[in-house]
Amino acid sequence: MKELNELILPTNVKYHADHEWVSAAAPFKLGISDYAQDALGALTYVELPEVGAKLTLGEEFGTLESTKSVSPLISPVNGTVKAINESLSDNPDLVNSDPYGEGWIIEIEMEASELAPLLDAAAYKALLENQA
Amino acid sequence: MRYLPHTAEDVKEMLAAVGVKSIDGLFECVPPEARRERPLDLPAPLTEWELRDKIEGLAQGGDWQVFTGAGSYAHRIPALVPYLASRSEFLTSYTPYQPEMSQGTLQAIFEFQTLISRLTGLAVTNASMYDGATAFTEAALMAQRCSKKRALAVSELAHPHWRQVLETYLAAIGDVELLVLPADAQGRTDYGPLAKLDKPAALLVQSPNFLGVIEDLPAAAEAIHKLGGLLVVGFAEAFALGLTKSPGSQGADIVVGDGQSLGLGQGFGGPSVGLMSSKQEFVRQIPGRLVGKTEDAQGRRGFVLTLSTREQHIRRSKAVSNICSNAGHCALTAAMFMASTGGTGFRKLAQVNLDLSEYLKKGLLGLGFKPLGDAPTFNEFALTAPKGFDQKREDLLGKKILAGLPLGAWYPKYEGVYLFGATETKTRADIDAFLAEVSE
Amino acid sequence: MSAEVKVPGQTGLILNEDLLWERGRQGRSAMSLPESGVPKASLPAEVAGDGPDWPDLSEQQVARHYTRLSTWNFGVDTGPYPLGSCTMKYNPKINDALADLPGFVGAHPLLPAEAVQGELSLIHDLEAYLAEIVGLKATTLQPGAGAHGELCGMLMIAAYHRHNKTRRTKVLVPETAHGTNPATASMCGFSEIQVPLGSKGYLEYATVEKLMTDEVAGLMVTNPNTLGLFETELHKINQMIHDRGGLVYGDGANLNAVMGWADLGRLGIDAVHINVHKTLSTPHGGGGPGAGPVAVSQALVPYLPGPRVVKEGDSYRWEVDLPLSIGRLHGFHGQFRTLVRAFAYILTMGADLKRASELAVLNANYVKEKLKDLYDLPFNQSCMHEFVFTNAKQEPHKVSTLDIAKRLIDLGFHPPTIYFPLVVHSAIMIEPTETESKEDLDAFIAAMRQVAEEAKNDPDILHRAPLNTFRQRLDDVAAARRPILTGDMG
Repeated sequence: MKELNELILPTNVKYHADHEWVSAAAPFKLGISDYAQDALGALTYVELPEVGAKLTLGEEFGTLESTKSVSPLISPVNGTVKAINESLSDNPDLVNSDPYGEGWIIEIEMEASELAPLLDAAAYKALLENQA
Repeated sequence: MRYLPHTAEDVKEMLAAVGVKSIDGLFECVPPEARRERPLDLPAPLTEWELRDKIEGLAQGGDWQVFTGAGSYAHRIPALVPYLASRSEFLTSYTPYQPEMSQGTLQAIFEFQTLISRLTGLAVTNASMYDGATAFTEAALMAQRCSKKRALAVSELAHPHWRQVLETYLAAIGDVELLVLPADAQGRTDYGPLAKLDKPAALLVQSPNFLGVIEDLPAAAEAIHKLGGLLVVGFAEAFALGLTKSPGSQGADIVVGDGQSLGLGQGFGGPSVGLMSSKQEFVRQIPGRLVGKTEDAQGRRGFVLTLSTREQHIRRSKAVSNICSNAGHCALTAAMFMASTGGTGFRKLAQVNLDLSEYLKKGLLGLGFKPLGDAPTFNEFALTAPKGFDQKREDLLGKKILAGLPLGAWYPKYEGVYLFGATETKTRADIDAFLAEVSE
Repeated sequence: MSAEVKVPGQTGLILNEDLLWERGRQGRSAMSLPESGVPKASLPAEVAGDGPDWPDLSEQQVARHYTRLSTWNFGVDTGPYPLGSCTMKYNPKINDALADLPGFVGAHPLLPAEAVQGELSLIHDLEAYLAEIVGLKATTLQPGAGAHGELCGMLMIAAYHRHNKTRRTKVLVPETAHGTNPATASMCGFSEIQVPLGSKGYLEYATVEKLMTDEVAGLMVTNPNTLGLFETELHKINQMIHDRGGLVYGDGANLNAVMGWADLGRLGIDAVHINVHKTLSTPHGGGGPGAGPVAVSQALVPYLPGPRVVKEGDSYRWEVDLPLSIGRLHGFHGQFRTLVRAFAYILTMGADLKRASELAVLNANYVKEKLKDLYDLPFNQSCMHEFVFTNAKQEPHKVSTLDIAKRLIDLGFHPPTIYFPLVVHSAIMIEPTETESKEDLDAFIAAMRQVAEEAKNDPDILHRAPLNTFRQRLDDVAAARRPILTGDMG
């Protein structure tokens, strides 16, 4: 496991306490944080929603699998799935190697106001420190 | 007691190490309300020799001359197969959770998956199910998940017991529409009524079916695919696939079967091995264990259990099935049998089976039995018996000859129709003698 | 630990072996192929096919292939196999020999009852013995394995509630449960309510009482639980569940701890499956076949699967007129030849089954006491037939539970169950079973102590273990990312 000061926490995304990030400005992509990918370990499969699926704050829209666990992806916002990262079906390891870049999971059609409750990098880091 | 190694001295030392005075002290955690009030009332322990005498006396069904199949088939088993299967490294191990100390089981099951995929004609095969009936039922549930639909259609010519197991599972789930497709005059399934179903998840057929008739699978595939459902094909007699086109090559999406014919013996019905294959695209919905190829830390080929996230120990209530232990050792035994026949031998044995069963069929037709139709059959077939056969059949039971099975108990419309069959375990002389008995 | 205790692991003579199809040459055969002696028949072209393209091998090639593969495996006959919750006890050889009697192997399952009175009496008597062992009223032998037995039990509970016209959609499942429990509940259309564990490691009445509403069909409970602890409040809990119209399913995975001691009928269990490959010594075969007989209380007798063997006078027959039965669960009569082994075991042991449970509990407590100074024991109390350590004392040296397990392989032992139960972080679950002698337990204890020592002084050897095996650690991530499930036969 990475130490807190080893985690990459970019400032151009907003974070949710469930360890997902959403781009701070359109286009709104979503992925999981460096902390989350490190905690889950090597991912083996990403179950993606269909394009056009409704996203509801707090509800499951997909799953991440490692060899020994299945973790739900919980939506941090309300919106619609605009695009999915097709390359994850063959290369789920992108989520581990580049969680904020090639490892994005979905793109969301949503109101910018949905970002308001999410945390900036400093607040998310503080949350992780508190958990530790 | 030879299975319990503890001497009185051992027990004393161990109790001292634990810090309790007596064995009873170890059970203080069992509250009085949960305890037995009287000792176990079981027969007095037997010696190995007494046990052998007793149980040998109970093994009574093996010396019958059986001229039927109905989901259980007599086939020769080379001495090689049970000999190798009984190696304790295979027999006394657990599920291969620790791959470094179970590469033998893992490679053998990987080979099993490969051989069965070649038999069924589909890309993915699991490490086995309990038996054909439960594999058939799990295939229905799997098809519901794959298609995201509910309604099912099943041929009435699928094994009646397999259909009963399916009904048992569906009863608890409730509100699943199950349409039973009738037989036509040829003893094949009539796919016509399928159109009555709105959005079916799957059509389940068996081929050869319970009457031994080889179904028209391309027609089945067309009928169900047109409605957006999956075709599930079951088989009870694996040798049929030695001479027929594979179900996968004829449009099946999921193929299930009972592998009893593959070196397992009849065993009064079990254990056998449930076989299950599917198209690659459905791999995440297949129940049961899967062995996959990988490499070890030094880059050498090795095998592991894989895609475990489908399973109960990880996904719990959302697992694709609750199956855990399967019929692994039967799968291993079946693989040894398939390795022994090879493709060439399997095809040749299948031909011998067909030849002998057709010889029996012709003989019975010569004695006044009437066929249901002229659709092709493998190993077994249904015939309407001439008058008086009922009594003849009863008489033959006294000579330990089972002269077909009456189908009326399962199908009222087949009252007076009997299911006959013969395999390579019968010789021409056996069949001639049987025909002579029937004609007397 | 005395100096003369030796651990058995060392590098052996292990040979490579190809995949089957890398050895085959078309035209070989390992089986006598008879001539039919009758005219050749043929199938019409529209159904005729070529058959599978399996490799052809000679008899010696097949013999050598599987013999070499077997040497890469480890079984109970090879060495101790303290796999928690799996009860890997010795598998008696006479039982295998009896299951292989030609009279059983060649028996067609649909022979008339008069032809198979021996087989039917075996089914009848085994059902009675199992009911006696657990303290319930009747047994079915149909289920194909333990999880199938669970399904059978929960289908009966669902049928009971349907028949009594009470709509109950939920089932209580303790968080220590095997994954099969929630998976089974879900297959029966029930949703799961997870019951948290009490601080001492078992279920508390007050917790269950709050969750037991009139929507709840009942409780699924493993006793002793997966921490190896007897559920001391269960009799009160079950009484309360019955008072509120529910039923109780008992997961019998851990029955080996309590034979002759616990009476599941008095305890208030309505259905329990018995894993014959655990408690009743049938070999697990590297994955099965098991058999999962289910014993039931009076309330569930009418719902048992059918057909059932009944005895009338001195003869046995199949009863099919069972109006409330849940129906059939197996293609024929269950895993018959596996059940023959269980029957033989019971006839060999008789009332000594109680002694087997007692020594299983003694062995577990002995190993626990001899190791608890070096390994973290989250629930420090008298255990039943198994107990759970964690790697908390090794974690500071960056040694995981997996590392400990893998190192035990080099020392000649099958590792315990790891990372289960889930309620304990990085669990190491040890079940020695009663058939292990004190000498073998001492050797296992020595190995565990050596591993604990190495974790402090030489953790790298643990990270790299196993080193003495045919294959070292396998890449299960690669296997799951790009699954290769069948071989390329070319």
